Amino acid sequence: MTTTTSGTAKVTLPADNQILITREFNAPRHLVWKAYTTPDLVKRWWAGQRGNVTSAEIDLRVGGKWRYVMDAGAGFEVAFHGEFREIDAPSRLVNTEAYEGIPDPDGHAGLVTVTFTEKDGRTHLEMLCEYNDKVDRDAVIESGMEGGMQESMDQLEIVAVDLS
Amino acid sequence: MPVNDLVTLLGLAQPQVSKHLRVLREVDLVRVRDEGRQRMYRLNSEPLKPIHDWLRRYEQMWDERFDLLEQVLDELKEEDDDNDD
Repeated sequence: MTTTTSGTAKVTLPADNQILITREFNAPRHLVWKAYTTPDLVKRWWAGQRGNVTSAEIDLRVGGKWRYVMDAGAGFEVAFHGEFREIDAPSRLVNTEAYEGIPDPDGHAGLVTVTFTEKDGRTHLEMLCEYNDKVDRDAVIESGMEGGMQESMDQLEIVAVDLS
Repeated sequence: MPVNDLVTLLGLAQPQVSKHLRVLREVDLVRVRDEGRQRMYRLNSEPLKPIHDWLRRYEQMWDERFDLLEQVLDELKEEDDDNDD
């Protein structure tokens, strides 16, 4: 029987320019690494409930690029890209992350360090995201809200259509 | 809670604890009342709620992602087990 760990991501703000996301998975880390770095598998989880991943490109080598595109409905596309800085499979991955929906994406790019630690067949994932400053960090958190807003608007539209 | 208890719990010197308490009182995260000769401190988490709500939306996005990732992992585990047989 599989023990799921649904809805247990923890987000904290260790410093003004940082976001720390942690989560435990009921799987050994070589599989978490695989799901995290294989394009066809990334496509299945990266959009969450907010749309579909239409493209996931990963050139997994130091200096290699990655780019994910999500269709969030109503022709609204969300794209991120970045470059791999450190790769130590299956325990550590460092990459930049830039949101293409703002002016000068690369100037506001974050540096993301993901560590995978295995214990008793389970994997503890720690994702530290560092930005230029508090303004950029807060913008990233707000963009998560934007996704939430988008969902709410969609829900509102369904209700409105039902009423008409 | 009296300040002496906080000193014991935190393992800090009393002036330090008092200094922290003063700052926390200024932003209304800690409230104080006099009980006889003692000052009793209690946490007031209300001002933290907007911050918590603000962060919760972002956290929710990661919950959605990681819940799906967990499903992918369940499949990968089965494949792994099959290969072991």
